[in-house]
Amino acid sequence: MMIRVLTSGALTTVQDGGRDGYRHLGVGGTGALDAYSHAVANLLVGNRGGAAALEITLAGPRLRFERAARIALCGADIDAQCDGVAIPAWRPVSIPAGATLALGACRRGARVYLAIAGGIAVPTVLGSSSTDLRGGFGGVEGRALVAGDALHVATDGEIPVEALQVARWWIDPSPDIAFDTPTIVRVLPGRDTVAPAGALFDPEWRVAVASDRQGVRLEGEMLRPVDPDERISEPVSPGTLQLPPDGQPIVLLADAQTHGGYPRIGHVIRADWPRLGQLRPGDRLRFEPCDRAQALDAWRDRCNRLARIELAISARLRSG
Amino acid sequence: MARRTAGTTGRPPGIERLGEDGVLVRLGTAIDPRINARVHALARHLAASRPDWVRDIVPAYASLAVFVDPGKLPRASDPLEAAITWVQAQPVDAMADTAIQNVIEIPVRYGGEDGPDLADVATHAGLDPVDVITRHAAIDYTVAMLGFAPGFPYLLGLDPSLAMQRLHTPRLRVPAGSVGIGGAQTGIYPRPGPGGWRIIGCTDVALFDPRHSPPSLLSAGDRVRFVPVGSA
Repeated sequence: MMIRVLTSGALTTVQDGGRDGYRHLGVGGTGALDAYSHAVANLLVGNRGGAAALEITLAGPRLRFERAARIALCGADIDAQCDGVAIPAWRPVSIPAGATLALGACRRGARVYLAIAGGIAVPTVLGSSSTDLRGGFGGVEGRALVAGDALHVATDGEIPVEALQVARWWIDPSPDIAFDTPTIVRVLPGRDTVAPAGALFDPEWRVAVASDRQGVRLEGEMLRPVDPDERISEPVSPGTLQLPPDGQPIVLLADAQTHGGYPRIGHVIRADWPRLGQLRPGDRLRFEPCDRAQALDAWRDRCNRLARIELAISARLRSG
Repeated sequence: MARRTAGTTGRPPGIERLGEDGVLVRLGTAIDPRINARVHALARHLAASRPDWVRDIVPAYASLAVFVDPGKLPRASDPLEAAITWVQAQPVDAMADTAIQNVIEIPVRYGGEDGPDLADVATHAGLDPVDVITRHAAIDYTVAMLGFAPGFPYLLGLDPSLAMQRLHTPRLRVPAGSVGIGGAQTGIYPRPGPGGWRIIGCTDVALFDPRHSPPSLLSAGDRVRFVPVGSA
């Protein structure tokens, strides 16, 4: 089955659960920034949670489906139409052969995931289908989609769809995806501290325009590390909150480089990464301190919610 | 005397948690070939007894990180406790480094279009460009770490006379294979992209190809020698 890319959107890439085990070669993790929405979209179409899907950023593409397909859209709140008919998110949708799916602008949030039953078929590179934009490999030729691309879907047979079908049930994404203002994310202590204590947690931060898949760049009061001495590069990882000399923190995301020499003033807990992935330029953000036990609890809760969603979806899909 | 381990005295390494799934072991705070050699020795010890829950062992100049896969550890435990216990059991001063080291020769066309900054480096060093080439190619460098971009080697051992600060304004595009000087280090750009290092030459050797196994020509701890070849 093939999907033709009519227009590409602002930045549309193939992403799966991420590329693990190559950080020692300078290869970052990549993968869906909002792994929660990505997983739910996949589960809704019967895929495994980490299957390859499209990550759509801020403004979506137009796609023509040569054959019928079952799809799901999860994540940011986006204007989506199939041949002019609005389709809702967080539920399975079957679309007929020849249909054009037009995704508009994200109204709230920054990233929406389009999963297609069977998963997007791209060559696996270093164990993953994810696009590594900095390395120039994975996904579709290591780059974002462009008009004219053809996407292949690994389907095991024809889906009989005469007309657009929208499921009457859906998944409620809260509390994992909530679009609260300000967004609140929890932070573990890092190696470095800032002066005055609390300067990280008291103010609200604004998401800068230069934010991308490598990191959320923040604007606000200038922070100073208690120890301003120069540091040599050490390993860093997604979630690391680093403080460059301009005093404006950066939260590293999945595409961040593997090593960094800036002070590390904290680490956003994994359970809150989907919220980071949904931040758009101008959004407001607050940090909240947390400890390791809270971080572990938050992650277990997340895993449990996803497991319950998976069970509920598979029961629904079985009953038709 | 009992063999010292990473958890006992001597120069006990600093151990720091990197978020929820990483442990950083710090053996020093300077760019120093001896400390870096200890990092690579520790990395080899870790690799030799690597449990299946270890996702990656990532060396840097004077530290290394161990990342774990929490899904492969008992769900009730703090995944980093297991990693810290494992790291602390490793010898830190098994430094009589008997490990076999690869020496990889990299043919380089120096100067001209391939090395647009060679003349500036020569002027800065008060040397003839030919002497810059001779000094740059006279040394066996050590791959301190791979970072910045997939397969980008940070090489230790640059002749101090060749050290030169980065460009004030990075180039928007440096060709693949460009050999550069950034401060006291030298390195090679695996693929085209923006870059601020002083470019003195270029190689046709592919440093990183994700279709190959292993994908990177160089590993941290390898030795590298540049071999001048005729410029086109």
